[in-house]
Amino acid sequence: MRTEQKNRNAVNTQKVSFFYGPKRAIEDISAEMPERQVTAIIGPSGCGKSTFLKALNRISETSGSSVRVEGKIFLFGEDIYAKDVDVTILRKRVGMVFQRPNPFPMTIFDNIAYGPRLFGAKGKADLEVIVERALRQSALWDEVKDRLRSSALGLSGGQQQRMCIARSLAVEPEVLLMDEPCSALDPIATLKIEELILELRKNLTVIIVTHNLQQAGRVSDYTLFFTTDESRIGNLVESGPTREIFSSPKDKRTEDYITGRFG
Amino acid sequence: MSEAVKYVPISKEDLSYKSVRETFLEGLLSGLSWLLVAFIVAFLGIIVVRGFPTVSANGFEFLYTSPAKGLDEGGVGPAIFGTVALVLLMTLFALPIGVLTSVYLVEYAGGRQSSRIIRAAVNNLAGVPSIVFGLFGVAFFVLFLGRGLDGLLGYSTSDPLFGKPAILWAAATMALLVLPIVIVNTEEALLAVPVSLRQGSQALGGTQWQTISRVVLPQAVPGILTGSILSISRGAGEVAPILFTGAAFLLQDLPTTQVFGVVPFIDPTKQFMELGYHIFILATQSSDVEKTRPAQYAATLVLLVITFSLNFAAIILRAQFRKRAIR
Repeated sequence: MRTEQKNRNAVNTQKVSFFYGPKRAIEDISAEMPERQVTAIIGPSGCGKSTFLKALNRISETSGSSVRVEGKIFLFGEDIYAKDVDVTILRKRVGMVFQRPNPFPMTIFDNIAYGPRLFGAKGKADLEVIVERALRQSALWDEVKDRLRSSALGLSGGQQQRMCIARSLAVEPEVLLMDEPCSALDPIATLKIEELILELRKNLTVIIVTHNLQQAGRVSDYTLFFTTDESRIGNLVESGPTREIFSSPKDKRTEDYITGRFG
Repeated sequence: MSEAVKYVPISKEDLSYKSVRETFLEGLLSGLSWLLVAFIVAFLGIIVVRGFPTVSANGFEFLYTSPAKGLDEGGVGPAIFGTVALVLLMTLFALPIGVLTSVYLVEYAGGRQSSRIIRAAVNNLAGVPSIVFGLFGVAFFVLFLGRGLDGLLGYSTSDPLFGKPAILWAAATMALLVLPIVIVNTEEALLAVPVSLRQGSQALGGTQWQTISRVVLPQAVPGILTGSILSISRGAGEVAPILFTGAAFLLQDLPTTQVFGVVPFIDPTKQFMELGYHIFILATQSSDVEKTRPAQYAATLVLLVITFSLNFAAIILRAQFRKRAIR
């Protein structure tokens, strides 16, 4: 077990509810996600884990349907839903890796350079430095260094997902959200991503939604357990250091879920 | 224990009612389908057989000479030029407006009320008969816009610059006609770009326009291009929209002008000859219809070749882009 140190929170939420149109999807979530730690969000299907995650960088607003958030979400103390927030800067600081790898149909180089270019990076030399650093961080450099100029679509699924992680890292986020990043990958590719997550936590905060309890146990320092009931509204049951949640859950529902009696 | 299983033989009973019915129905359906093919082959065959000798006579001079002796002799050079010029100008109008409208509808308006209103307008535009576009073109473009411009620029109605039928107004009218097709095709191409790519771009801090211009449009270009070419080829064969807005009966001069005295350029204020209209004139307005019959077939052949090549170009382009996309 890692040494317990009192970290400040990268993200914390106060009584957050999320609405799709008139329908409430999650209710009164107050949670803390400490800096430079891995926080896992676990829970049965439909409990609102992904909904919660997608509220943290306001990406849910891009889906086209009308969504609404109540309560407050803070990124290092700043309210991310305040009126004067520039969502593009917010999303640069809070990166996201999706369930399925979503490489752009461009070269590997252009994929990684995409984010930096959005924020004005131009020089070829500068971009080369950024691309190499991002690919090294995501442990992909050795595999792709000779084919940076070929299409990213030619990579395997696991490589594509690591490239998507590298792409997020290239804009130097402070927090990285991961929405079941391994659900479309085989066990070996999954293992690589997990190793990568443990490496990333040295520099940034990772918040990962996962269906896989073993994965949460392997990679996370903190765990948030969500569940839902007949109302179909997700809520936070319990949160704390992963070891405590897994070894001595306080709530019966958490215990049932952890021990496989539910979900 | 249990009763013996009853086996049904799988070999077919010859001439059972069921099998006869099946054979008959299949024959009927394939016969009808092939009838269509036969019709097209016969139709194209007649045009090629009767038209080609005239087109190819004297080293294909039909393609570049002007009509002579009324309409009885000579070629369709000015009409080919006019058709191409018209199509180019029309594309210049229709493509930007069509693509930008679709981008607004798909990327910005989404499920909003405004998108429903615009889409209803586009659908209705698609249902308007082409002759109505022609009349609208005269009333709106030639008389309203053209005369209005002349008034502003100080030209009189007796010697107008814009206030008369011209290739500019014909192209604008034609653009209105093909606009719905461009919009529908572009919308489909845009919708085919996965949402995950848009979200990927926005999750990196891309604004909506950055996402559209750097990810969505490059992905949609093949679809937009092929759709546009198909709509252009549709426009190239239309006559009604240009009937009153700029097509000329017989015109020796090309609708060109010299920019800076040297560079040849399409003069948007001039009238022009067009193939479809020319065929109509040959068939109905010449002094002796029998005499112009070879020219009618030949001109039809040329028009078909132009529209078919446009369609063919669209197919090639699409295949090319698909190949490149897979890589």
